[in-house]
Amino acid sequence: MTGTAPTNPFAGAARLTDYWATVYRRTWKGSAVSSFVSPLFYVVAMGVLLGGFIDADPDRLEGATSYLAFIAPGLLASQAMTTVFGETTYPVMSMVKWQRTYYSMTASPLSVGEVILSQLGFVVVRVAMSCGVFLLVMAPFGVFTSWTGALAAFPVQLLLALAFATPVLGLSAGLKDESPFALIYRLGLIPLFLFSGAFFPVANLDGWMQVLAKATPLWHGVDLTRMLTLGRLDWSMAAVHVLYLVALAALGWCWAVRRLTRRMVL
Amino acid sequence: MILASGLRKSFGSFEAVRGIDVDVRRGESFGFLGPNGAGKSSTMRMVAAVSPVSGGTLRILGLDPATDGPEIRARIGVCPQEDTLDTELTVRDNLVVYGRYFGLPRAEVRERADELLEFVQLTDKAGAKVEDLSGGMKRRLTIARSLVNRPELLLLDEPTTGLDPQARHVVWDRLFRLKQQGVTLVLTTHYMDEAEQLTDRLVVMDKGLIVAEGSPLALIAEHSTREVAELRFGVAEEGESHEVLARKVEDLAERVEVLPDRLLLYTADGEETVAQVHERGLTPVATLVRRSTLEDVFLRLTGRTLVD
Repeated sequence: MTGTAPTNPFAGAARLTDYWATVYRRTWKGSAVSSFVSPLFYVVAMGVLLGGFIDADPDRLEGATSYLAFIAPGLLASQAMTTVFGETTYPVMSMVKWQRTYYSMTASPLSVGEVILSQLGFVVVRVAMSCGVFLLVMAPFGVFTSWTGALAAFPVQLLLALAFATPVLGLSAGLKDESPFALIYRLGLIPLFLFSGAFFPVANLDGWMQVLAKATPLWHGVDLTRMLTLGRLDWSMAAVHVLYLVALAALGWCWAVRRLTRRMVL
Repeated sequence: MILASGLRKSFGSFEAVRGIDVDVRRGESFGFLGPNGAGKSSTMRMVAAVSPVSGGTLRILGLDPATDGPEIRARIGVCPQEDTLDTELTVRDNLVVYGRYFGLPRAEVRERADELLEFVQLTDKAGAKVEDLSGGMKRRLTIARSLVNRPELLLLDEPTTGLDPQARHVVWDRLFRLKQQGVTLVLTTHYMDEAEQLTDRLVVMDKGLIVAEGSPLALIAEHSTREVAELRFGVAEEGESHEVLARKVEDLAERVEVLPDRLLLYTADGEETVAQVHERGLTPVATLVRRSTLEDVFLRLTGRTLVD
């Protein structure tokens, strides 16, 4: 039996499932441990121990009754973002340059778009696992005011993951070498992590700083997650967050496909 | 299987392929011979339906790569010049995972992987990681991978470049078996011995154009003599340059080529020519009489050697 062309892009992307499963089977132990341990460390250190010094005033903490309850959704969304960066920077460089795995994939009936689609699927699965563990680890600390809210926060992480994954993958796909990654982590990931409302209300920031913070995708993710876990949903604001993240994921998708196609299809 | 007419490929203002006509038939073993930069790999990438055609027409298996790329790629096998194996996966996983890209059922791919490992003599390495394989083993694995979908047409871009002579012979042996099984092979090479051993018919490419076409033997008969006498002289023998020496012997051969390190005398009987050279009082430090090869054909057609 000879090969066949896939009938639609999703069927094509699904053909790469065995590839991702094989790759994950090789590395799952390390990532499983870190996705359990690192949220625990953060929740204990920042939420419980540091939070013990913070006088929790719900009016000044966006309605949270403890610093732990305030910071937990922020850490959850940050975990989603960090996982995405881990999966779409160096691994993408490896597939396009070091191992040239993308080239072997597109020598088959699969196209660049299908390859990216499958990789996004893998990223979403990885975020689902690490954020799922995170939610389970946090639950015993009593940080979720609303259980339904905590459950609703889960798919938000997947949307946030896509909103980060498409542009970061697109960026990585066009880079000549890995040296910009150090900069992307230091001047991208870390400032986002620190200043997008995960650790303090962005209302504490002055003027343009606050505008800037509210323009970041992580803030939209954090704010939406926090509304849900604190059970204080503002529907119009939630709609703005979802639209923002969907738009970013869609724009990033177009950009990523274009950049990788330009690099590979010469 | 492949039909190209006036095929062109340009990158910006650089024209890598400048209008070539090629017709490869089913069951044939066809070669593109030429030095680096001749346009062979650009041609192969177009034929593999991964690189858009810049001009002319190209049909692979009767299909147009511009519209039927996935369909074409589903039915061909590609062994790229640079290995694209996943070095962190096992040898067997590389085959199984790749077979799945072609939409083949898992059970069939597993069975096929074991058959192919046997064929390329890597069965005992099935569980090893690719990074632990030698260059020759990796190349054999890449060949096995390109066969996973039972391709109607197998494309090999420089299949033995970078391999040591022994590893190269093992690869040739496997490719020769495929040829005997009736697989249509298309390969590029800058090794004339590879082209002579593996191809029924070939085109010689230079600077993006085809400069000759035929079977290896026909090309040699047409463009060269039966034998070649190679003369190597000491460092500037008695102060004479190779050009001066060439003029002294040019009437002894049909044609004389001057290379930086030796003279090539094209003649029907090399031994006799060497004797005549000695009679003229010339004393080359080394002489070699050999059959003409495609290398000589290339030198004749382009004035340059294949491997610099």
